[in-house]
Amino acid sequence: MNTYFDLFFTFAKIGACTFGGGYAMLPILQREVVEKKGWATDEELTDYYAIGQCTPGIIAVNTATFIGYKYKGYLGGVLATLGVVFPSIVIITLIATFLTNFADIPVVRHALTGVNACVVALIASSVIKLGKSTVKDAVTVAIFLVVLGLAFFAGLSPAILIVCAGVVGYVTRRLLKLGKEAEGK
Amino acid sequence: MILLRLFFEFAKTGLFAVGGGLATIPFLRDLGTRTQWFTDADLTTMIAVSESTPGAMGVNMATYVGYTTAGIPGAVIATLGLVTPSIIVIIIIAGFLQKFRQSKTVDAVFYGLRPASTALIASAGLSVATAVLVTIGGVSEHTFTVHWPLILLTVAVFVCMRYTKLKKLHPIVFIGISALIGAVFQL
Repeated sequence: MNTYFDLFFTFAKIGACTFGGGYAMLPILQREVVEKKGWATDEELTDYYAIGQCTPGIIAVNTATFIGYKYKGYLGGVLATLGVVFPSIVIITLIATFLTNFADIPVVRHALTGVNACVVALIASSVIKLGKSTVKDAVTVAIFLVVLGLAFFAGLSPAILIVCAGVVGYVTRRLLKLGKEAEGK
Repeated sequence: MILLRLFFEFAKTGLFAVGGGLATIPFLRDLGTRTQWFTDADLTTMIAVSESTPGAMGVNMATYVGYTTAGIPGAVIATLGLVTPSIIVIIIIAGFLQKFRQSKTVDAVFYGLRPASTALIASAGLSVATAVLVTIGGVSEHTFTVHWPLILLTVAVFVCMRYTKLKKLHPIVFIGISALIGAVFQL
């Protein structure tokens, strides 16, 4: 299959399987892009999410552009992005035309509640998978716990937390020579 | 011309909304007030539909507003407007990262970024969990209802996809089954 077509189609599939925001897309990305296609690794996905959260644009789109660009350059970035938004255009147009009261239909609301409960489990599972490669020593465990606490309980902005974590990474790794690779030298 | 205007309004939203789809809502509310293209009540409907249909929420919102304003061409143009700044900014950053991939400094920064990024995803998961699995308020301000059937569903999906042979199944299968369970048992 043509690789560009494959890229567009894979991201269209990811878009169609996502319920919620960019975070709900993560489990689908891991399955399609990391496990099935091998276009990115778990570490790269966390990098893209980190950058996607503090750069302009919504996370789902930023991540799609990143993966597409890495795999097939400029055209890849554009096609992956168009792919991920394609199902939205089709589905929303249909619903806006025929079913403006869609979200009020009782069976839709009940089904969505079930989907949301499922998404919680999917995100939990994804976090465990990512954590295996990103949270691996005392420094990274500390960063994980502090950021989780500040984001969830104190509601601090993700962008600020990401920038601070980058600084902490730089200081511990380059200046204090802590962490795994530094020991290897 | 309305399509051109739609494109630029959404490009602006794409440029200034940082984060998830919820980050676009203040921009859209402002857009509605300024242009009279849609009311706050329309926006509430759009948010509800965007949350309950496939697709990233922010993209769904753009498509919906675009469609309401100028039909199918509006839906396409608004969505393209939303993603254009992302494509430009991310391609620049990705190019930069590729160039400095070997740099020890970039490597050190990412060493700190990765656990933080993982924690932010965990935090988003916890937010969904608290919004879905428990209800705070309701009858009186201090009531706190735990939705045990939903917690059971979450735990069941989690166990199936991590510890049983079902983990080979695509996540959408779990989503579909959960939707069915939700509809049948009126969760």
